[in-house]
Amino acid sequence: MSFDILEFLQSLVQLNAVGYMREVWSDDMPAWLSEAILDIVVILVICTFNLIIVLGLIWLERKVVARIQDRIGPNRVGGRYGILQSVADATKLLSKEIITPSGADKLAFNLAPLVIVVAALLMWAVIPFAPGVIGTDLNVGLFYVLAISSVSVVPLLLAGWGSNNKYALLGAFRSVAQLVSYEVPMVMALLIPILIAGTMSMQGLVMAQEVWYVLVVPLSALIFLVSALAELGRTPFDLLEAESEIIAGYHIEYSGMKFAMFFLAEFINSLFMAALFTTIYLGGWRGPGAMEYPILGLIYFFIKVFLVYFVFIWIRGTFPRIRIDQLLDFNWKFLVPLTLGLIMVIAVVVKLIPEGTNPWAAAAALFIVNILVGLVALEFVRRYARRQRIEVEEVSISLDKTGDVTEVQSTATVVS
Amino acid sequence: MISDWQFILLFVAIAVIFPGVPILLGTLVGPKRPNPIKQSTYECGIETVGDTWIQFKVQYYIFALVFLVFDVEAVFLFPIAAAFNFLPLFAVFEVILFVVILLVALGFVWRQGALEWF
Repeated sequence: MSFDILEFLQSLVQLNAVGYMREVWSDDMPAWLSEAILDIVVILVICTFNLIIVLGLIWLERKVVARIQDRIGPNRVGGRYGILQSVADATKLLSKEIITPSGADKLAFNLAPLVIVVAALLMWAVIPFAPGVIGTDLNVGLFYVLAISSVSVVPLLLAGWGSNNKYALLGAFRSVAQLVSYEVPMVMALLIPILIAGTMSMQGLVMAQEVWYVLVVPLSALIFLVSALAELGRTPFDLLEAESEIIAGYHIEYSGMKFAMFFLAEFINSLFMAALFTTIYLGGWRGPGAMEYPILGLIYFFIKVFLVYFVFIWIRGTFPRIRIDQLLDFNWKFLVPLTLGLIMVIAVVVKLIPEGTNPWAAAAALFIVNILVGLVALEFVRRYARRQRIEVEEVSISLDKTGDVTEVQSTATVVS
Repeated sequence: MISDWQFILLFVAIAVIFPGVPILLGTLVGPKRPNPIKQSTYECGIETVGDTWIQFKVQYYIFALVFLVFDVEAVFLFPIAAAFNFLPLFAVFEVILFVVILLVALGFVWRQGALEWF
């Protein structure tokens, strides 16, 4: 088979260009060579696409947050809407001096920006963009994602430790405590879709979603969304880079392109979490006509991803930052027990539903169970908050009577 | 199956280019005029006092240990979840027992006060 530009374009529209080129090269090239070349091209496409889309995302985020805060946002570079603002920023960062602080641990300091971007890019290898369009459909896809996302803790510690700066070290400690803590509910929440679908392959998970999992297990989706925000270090969990407390956190000593790498990784990770949420809870590329025309699947996928990302920005524009003790309490004393309880309940309910039940009926049963578990959890929180309120009121009453300051202080620490 | 992991290996090799090239370009294009003041540690304008690499709060260790327990647990639960449709009801109760033991452990840690942040 010889190469034909029209057929190639046709295969491109059908998102089957890789298959077409494999066929073209099958005559005059050993299979391993053509496979290797195609793999390299696919990887380059995935990575480049990420870099380009991040430039757009930075612009989008600045613009949307500006609108939420009743500002205009970038509006000079590249026309009325400032579309080229991030390109200008990237160029500026490229021309800045890269400073290495004296006394820095050189190896750790230089390795951190490399590792953080590589880890962020690696996760895209298993995201299904459309039917048949995926880097590689590992049979342990979701497990792989979780493994790589744990790696992204390491560069933070490298950067914080290597910088020889107290703020950076504090920021790194905070990051590690936070990322490590919130990984537990995130991993557990992702167990539930796997339990229902019975597969860890990403395409398999998408195919299993006759009904979107956000409708089947809404509580699991909510837990995942919250802990994903914490994993990303986005508002309201952005105390790893709290400007008012520790200036910028672990990347305080970085400048120029090395700083840009941290920035880039942050946005790639955010987009990835939106993509993961879409894949696992919003049916990925599923939609009317997606199986016949893969290009439609691609469009559905990106519409969903950007909707989820918009929610991320919206949350950022709405909520204030929380304290570190609140952050850890919320995780260990609420999210983790709730997720463990949810796993047990779902495990029993899934077994109780007889095989061959209408998927919508099964989904409805699981949905109701989820809502019930959520209501029970809310009742616990309500009682806890009420106890806290009573304690605070008692303190203020005793303050009125005696004016004893020391007692107030000791109780105040208990309350917080 | 093996080729799937070859793809990942290839991905690691190529992904290094993407942060590597900009940093290299940055060092080539950007100015290089280091001086002691520029390279000093950034800290509110005053020279930093004492060593940076000090002992840190033991609290972080405790959280790391608790995390370790739960993460290893998750590693055990994932294969069970993937094969869940083939499990008999008895095995499901064993899984639940496993999770309950961990819940008890969480309660123990909680009561010990390891989850409090001072």
